[in-house]
Amino acid sequence: MKKIFSSEITPYSSYINRRKFIQSTSALSIASSLPFALHASHKESSTQFQDQLDEGEELNSFQEITTYNNFYEFGMGKSDPSEKSSKFKSKPWSINIEGLVDKPFTLNLEDLLSKVTIEDRVYRLRCVEAWSMVIPWQGFPLSKLIEIASPLDTAKFIQFKTTYRPEEMPGQKRNILPWPYVEGLRMDEAMHPLTLLSTGLYGHDLLNQNGAPLRLVVPWKYGFKSIKSIESIRFVDRQPDATWSMVAPSEYGFYSNVNNSVHHPRWTQATERRIGEFLRRTTLMYNGYEEEVSHLYKGMDLNKFY
Amino acid sequence: MISSRLVKKNKPTVLILLLLPSFIWVGMFITGNLGVNPIEILMDKLGEMSLRILLLVLIISSLSEFTFLRSLLNLRRLIGLVAFYYLFLHLTCYVFLDHFFNFAFILKDVIKRPFITFGFLGFILLLPLVFTSTNNMVKKLTFKVWKKIHYLIYIVILLGIFHFYLLTKADKTEPLIYLGIVIALFFLRIYKKIFIRRVALR
Repeated sequence: MKKIFSSEITPYSSYINRRKFIQSTSALSIASSLPFALHASHKESSTQFQDQLDEGEELNSFQEITTYNNFYEFGMGKSDPSEKSSKFKSKPWSINIEGLVDKPFTLNLEDLLSKVTIEDRVYRLRCVEAWSMVIPWQGFPLSKLIEIASPLDTAKFIQFKTTYRPEEMPGQKRNILPWPYVEGLRMDEAMHPLTLLSTGLYGHDLLNQNGAPLRLVVPWKYGFKSIKSIESIRFVDRQPDATWSMVAPSEYGFYSNVNNSVHHPRWTQATERRIGEFLRRTTLMYNGYEEEVSHLYKGMDLNKFY
Repeated sequence: MISSRLVKKNKPTVLILLLLPSFIWVGMFITGNLGVNPIEILMDKLGEMSLRILLLVLIISSLSEFTFLRSLLNLRRLIGLVAFYYLFLHLTCYVFLDHFFNFAFILKDVIKRPFITFGFLGFILLLPLVFTSTNNMVKKLTFKVWKKIHYLIYIVILLGIFHFYLLTKADKTEPLIYLGIVIALFFLRIYKKIFIRRVALR
């Protein structure tokens, strides 16, 4: 069969509410004109995100990013998080810093944000379900928070925990997953400059469905590693539990790096559907961040430590 | 007692009602109203509907064991063919929309991923039922042989349920409910058979 390049295909996407950057920015201006104050100085210029886009990529629209979510705390359907998260109160918010630190403490989010600089980061997000998006996040490197927390030398891993509020998060009323959701990173992964704690996207505070008010973004790992609505951060000396790898250890490992050579029984990891596109894209090793992160895993058997 | 005439008269209505969801979904797909990942949604909806209609076929078969519902049998072939129609669209979605005729990839997918293997096998095993669905075929094969072939429906449904079960990430309630229905209907039939035989022996 003749190979067809995506450029030869007329935009099939007329069936889709296709994003144009102009449209996205109009969503942005509507969003930012809403009468509540932003947590941090989320800038909003239309060019700043585009400067960071890799060739052949477009940003997904605000609507796409905020209506198609996996956030089982609000239900299992993709539209549940946007439809069933209105009761969730992300303000006020504080984060518990626990475990192997000089002194455990609780950090008020406003205080934390006064100590960091919010940056724009356009990242690809690759879900283990073989779909992907390009998202303009705002946030600050996790390493900044680690600096503030000043962990002991014995701390080798970090465990994150999502808040547990079944009254506000209807999905938590059923034991679909063992609540609360937990995730973890090795310390060097956590310190990596790409690893982001996000507070917003498209210049808008994170909406509840995207993990308000504070979530992790680790762009070279499958999306479920990027834990949402973080309530506690614990420094530990051994590899901590992570929810999906507890539930199905043969399917999801602790590392869960985007890697086609690790077989998954349900979804191909060779290709992905970029939301808004018709033809699938080839999935890149470490989601295209190989240059930046492959040194973290040098010498490791990636099929064993998947 | 529902008369055969009444059932036969309403066949077109039943057909239209069963086909309606597919028209609506395809319409929503074309006009961009199936959310931001419409291929996934369309494929899921068609597959789920196919399985539900297959279950409906089994339910009708079982209900028609009651004399007063016997006339429902007139609908069985029609409904079975509609189930195949949904399954065919579901498969088309996978081959065309999801993988754009990348047959090398699809072949690998069918072999490597058990849920796709089961789903594909279910489709294949439904084909003989479709090809032998005409009155002529029943005559040609004799009713006894025809009936045996059509017991494949149990295997097809179990494959479908297994396919659904395996692809479900966390909450497996729905496929388990379907499995429960199949098991219940199966035992109902066995029970009836034994019971009837005993009566006959007396």
